Amino acid sequence: MDTPLSIIVVEKDPDRALRIVDGLRETGDHDIRVIAESTGLARHIAERKPDIVLIDAGDPSRDVMEELALASGPMERPVAMFVDRSDKPLTQAAIAAGISAYVVDGLQPDRIKPILDAAIARFHMFQKMRMELAATKAALEDRKIIDRAKTILMKARGIDEEAAYALLRKTAMDQKRKVADIAQQLVMAAGLLT
Amino acid sequence: MTLRLRLGYVPLLDAAPLIVAETLGFAAEEGLSLDLLRLQSWAQVRDMLGNGAIDAAHMLAAMPVAQAVGLGPDYPAFDVLMLLSHGGQAIAVNQVLAQALLALGHAFDFTHPFAAGAALLKATGGQLRVAVPFPFSTHAVIVRHWLAACGFGEGVSLHTVPPPLMAQALAAGEVDAICVGEPWASVAVDAGMGVLLLPGQAIWAAAPEKALVMRRDTAARDEHVTGALMRALWRAGRWLDEPDNRGIAAELLAREDYLGVAVGLIENGLLGHFAVGPAGRVCSEPDFMRFHRGATSFPWKSMAALLADSMATRHGIDRSIAIPAAMDCFRTDLYRQHLRSAGADLPGASAKVEGAMAHPTAVASEKGQMILPPDAFFDSWQFDPAFVAR
Repeated sequence: MDTPLSIIVVEKDPDRALRIVDGLRETGDHDIRVIAESTGLARHIAERKPDIVLIDAGDPSRDVMEELALASGPMERPVAMFVDRSDKPLTQAAIAAGISAYVVDGLQPDRIKPILDAAIARFHMFQKMRMELAATKAALEDRKIIDRAKTILMKARGIDEEAAYALLRKTAMDQKRKVADIAQQLVMAAGLLT
Repeated sequence: MTLRLRLGYVPLLDAAPLIVAETLGFAAEEGLSLDLLRLQSWAQVRDMLGNGAIDAAHMLAAMPVAQAVGLGPDYPAFDVLMLLSHGGQAIAVNQVLAQALLALGHAFDFTHPFAAGAALLKATGGQLRVAVPFPFSTHAVIVRHWLAACGFGEGVSLHTVPPPLMAQALAAGEVDAICVGEPWASVAVDAGMGVLLLPGQAIWAAAPEKALVMRRDTAARDEHVTGALMRALWRAGRWLDEPDNRGIAAELLAREDYLGVAVGLIENGLLGHFAVGPAGRVCSEPDFMRFHRGATSFPWKSMAALLADSMATRHGIDRSIAIPAAMDCFRTDLYRQHLRSAGADLPGASAKVEGAMAHPTAVASEKGQMILPPDAFFDSWQFDPAFVAR
């Protein structure tokens, strides 16, 4: 039986952190800690001497990790950069999922892989959720702007809502554009004229 | 036919050439359309370039040097095609230290590194923690040089802090001082957490700051595209150094999809306007950031050597390998090849003695019009790559 690994997850969002930790627990009885605070990150990590640190590739605190990867002297346990370099597909998968892993030098690749796989799976889930949320938000924004454009048309031309929408849709079709784009232009132009 | 290129940048004032090239049509003139990806950390910029997720990047000039000397992850070679800016760094101290300096009679003149360094040494007893944006950065080089020349020793420690978190790090007592690109030092000042002490240029008058970086294989794959991108950014830099254009540039940079910071802060940084010292005395440094004048964009191989030399010292790397490798990645050959047609004057040499010019100096060039601005260090230190490389 392998000794449990010490893993740190750097993640501000408590809900995301919880999901990552859940995913990692399935890979074994590891000592997993979450750091949410960016203040003093370097000190907190150095104190805990983890085997693996997982952090969102887009987190501004990434650069703090770079310093840790360097600062370790010959007597320290160095935090090596990235996943074991021989495992290119794993590295690529981690990058695609938007995750950065810092792994202590000398840790066996077969011990890293299950943990990385679990983290990658969770990060993919986040990406999907983020995209869905963005799509929902965009749809809501579109609805709002179309409503405003309709109101402007109804007032300016004395037509009803249905006719206003038909006019917007026809213009969009004629110009091969989205209804929301046409509405956006109309609202902007109306803003300039008033 | 327009070719799309993906460029990564970190939202700082000196990303201006990329934003100007795209928004004002310098890229379109060359048949390019730039997808500008705003990234949150230098490590992310480096990784995306290394993995081919972006075609080129706005990057700290020291980062490709770190890659070349073997201090970064295992990626294909990175090259500096041109420099994007000189200067732009500012040093601020926390309120406690500012009061101590004031009590010692320090004038906060924003000009004299020796006076500032001597007062700091007295106030701190030589124990000083300074935040810099990245372990491999011009910021780290100038801070180490300045403090060492002022008598600081082992008590100095540099800490990497992301620029937007610098003010917070000062306030939380994580560090005593910061050295960071604008607008982030002034953000700390505005928040009442920092007091401006020195501009970077007071330490090194012509410190290279950001570079246009591409993978060597990408740059070689389609030379026509590489040249087009270089010309677009060179013209954007020339536009940015026209005195009347900085205000418009500030408006462009402030947009939510670029920096998303108050336009006033950006304009102050670009124009070199500061509130200095505990009293917030208004101070003007018109030459605070350079994008073009005085051959700013030329990637002098001696600058690569100087950066590599400082890394070799710190990380125990063999100079005779590190310095030539670093000089190789500053591509003066591509600069000459691609920017001559845009009208760039080209110097007769590709390396110089760094720090040798205390005054504007005419140097040999193709058009015979090149006047280099001062590049001196405050302590008259000079670096000649010809004597350290062997």
